[in-house]
Amino acid sequence: MEHLVEQALVAAPHKRLVWQLGKVVRVVPETSRTKTLVLEVPDWPQHQPGQHLDVRLTAEDGYQAQRSYSVGSPPEDKHVAITVERLEDGEVSPYLTDELDIGDELELRGPIGGYFTWQASQGGPLLLVAGGSGVVPLMAMIRHRAAAGREVPARLLYSSRTFEDIIYREELDQLAQDPGLEVFHTLTRSQPEGWAGHRRRIDSTLLEEVAWPSQQQPHIFICGPTRLVEAVATTLTELGHDPARVKTERFGPSGG
Amino acid sequence: MSFISRGFKGRRRQEGISGRVPPGQYVTEDFPVLSAGPTPQTPLSTWTFTINGEVDAPKSWTWEEFRALPNETITKDIHCVTKWSKLDTVWQGVSLDVLLSEVDFGVDYLTAYCDGGYTTNLPIEDVTDGKAWVVYGFDGQPLAPEHGGPARLLVPHLYFWKSAKWVRGLELTRDDTPGFWESLGYHDYGDPWREQRYQGD
Repeated sequence: MEHLVEQALVAAPHKRLVWQLGKVVRVVPETSRTKTLVLEVPDWPQHQPGQHLDVRLTAEDGYQAQRSYSVGSPPEDKHVAITVERLEDGEVSPYLTDELDIGDELELRGPIGGYFTWQASQGGPLLLVAGGSGVVPLMAMIRHRAAAGREVPARLLYSSRTFEDIIYREELDQLAQDPGLEVFHTLTRSQPEGWAGHRRRIDSTLLEEVAWPSQQQPHIFICGPTRLVEAVATTLTELGHDPARVKTERFGPSGG
Repeated sequence: MSFISRGFKGRRRQEGISGRVPPGQYVTEDFPVLSAGPTPQTPLSTWTFTINGEVDAPKSWTWEEFRALPNETITKDIHCVTKWSKLDTVWQGVSLDVLLSEVDFGVDYLTAYCDGGYTTNLPIEDVTDGKAWVVYGFDGQPLAPEHGGPARLLVPHLYFWKSAKWVRGLELTRDDTPGFWESLGYHDYGDPWREQRYQGD
C-alpha cells in the first residue's frame, strides 16, 4: 500500500510547463463521434505513454477555455496525436472535432501526469482495460510497445457500445497479428451479425478469463468512465491483484 | 495574449457566478471521480484518525470517537485541477481547528496520509482558522467510497487534489515535503485563483 509514495519519490525533476503552439498536420476521423488530431509541436519534450496534455482555446475577446486530452501517439512518433470524443453539449470538444482543420494552430502544454504511465523497459505482462475513449492513453502504450520492439506480453480488454464505436479498430486488428498482443472486444449495446467477441459489460467472469493470474503480477492500467473503472479495479483487487499494480484514470461524463 | 483560436467562440459563464470560477475552470453539475488506483475498503471497525509527527504526544480517534466530535455543515465551491469546478457543495465534518487543538506542536507544515498510500502536503496556516475539515458527509448522505469515504480532507480554497480522499491522519512536519501529485509535477501549493496547476506555475 506504500506504492504511491515510492513511485512519487523516483519522479524526475520538473521543468515549468509552457504554453506552445501545435499545428494540425492531419485529421483522422476514427468513429462518428471521435477524431484524431495529429499535431506538429516544435518544442514537445518526449512524453511517456499514458500522459496527457492541456489544450487552451482563446476567443477573440480573450475568453479562454481549457481541457485535458490523453496523448494517443507513442513517444517514438515525431508528431503528437490526441483523439477527441465529441460531447454533444461540450464547449471545447465540438470545436476540436468540427471546426479545427489542417493548418490551424492549437495552444497546448504538456506532457502532464507521471503515474498512469508505462514504458516498455518496465516489462510486463501488461493488462489494459478500456471503456470507450478511455482507450486513448492505452493505445499510446500499445503503439509504444510495438515501436520499442519489446516482446512484452500484452492484453487489451476493450468495451465499446457498438461495433461502430470502436476507436482504432483496424489498427488494433493489425497490431494484434503480433502474437504477443491479444485484443478482446466486448460490445455492450448491440453487436453486428456473426459477432464473435464478448457482448456484455466487463464483469468478474470476463476479467478472470482475460486477466493474467495475480501470481504473474501484471502491470494493470484501467481507463474509461467512472463506473467501469470502479468496477474493474475493485474486481481485480478481489481476484488477488495487488492494488499497487492497478493504476486508474477516469473519463467522466462531465467535460466538454 | 496574442494567440486567437480561429473560429472559437466559447460559452460565456452564467450571470452571477463569474466571480466564483477561477481561470481555466468550467462549472459542472456532476461530481467527477479521480483517483490513481483502486478505491480502498477500510472497515469502520479498524478505521482510526491520527495526528502524529512533530507533536508532543500523538493523538488518535476511533470512528466512534471521531463521530462524537463537534461537527459542522459546510457549503463551499470546489475546484479540480482537471478543470472542473462544482459550486455550493455541501459537506459535513470536523474542523481541523478542533482536531489540531488536541495536540501541541510548533511546526508549520503537514502531510495528510491516506489508505492506498496517497499523500499531500499543506501549510498549517492553510488548514486552520476555519479553512479545512475532515468530512464524512456529502449532500446529507454518508460520503461515498469513490468520493473518499468514509472520510476525506476538505480544503476548498486549494485545488481539490489537496482534499485527500480516504484520509487517515496528519503528520506534522518541520519542512514542506511534496506529496504524491506534488512529486509528479503538480504545484506544491495549488491556488486555483493563481492557476497554480503544475510546478513552476
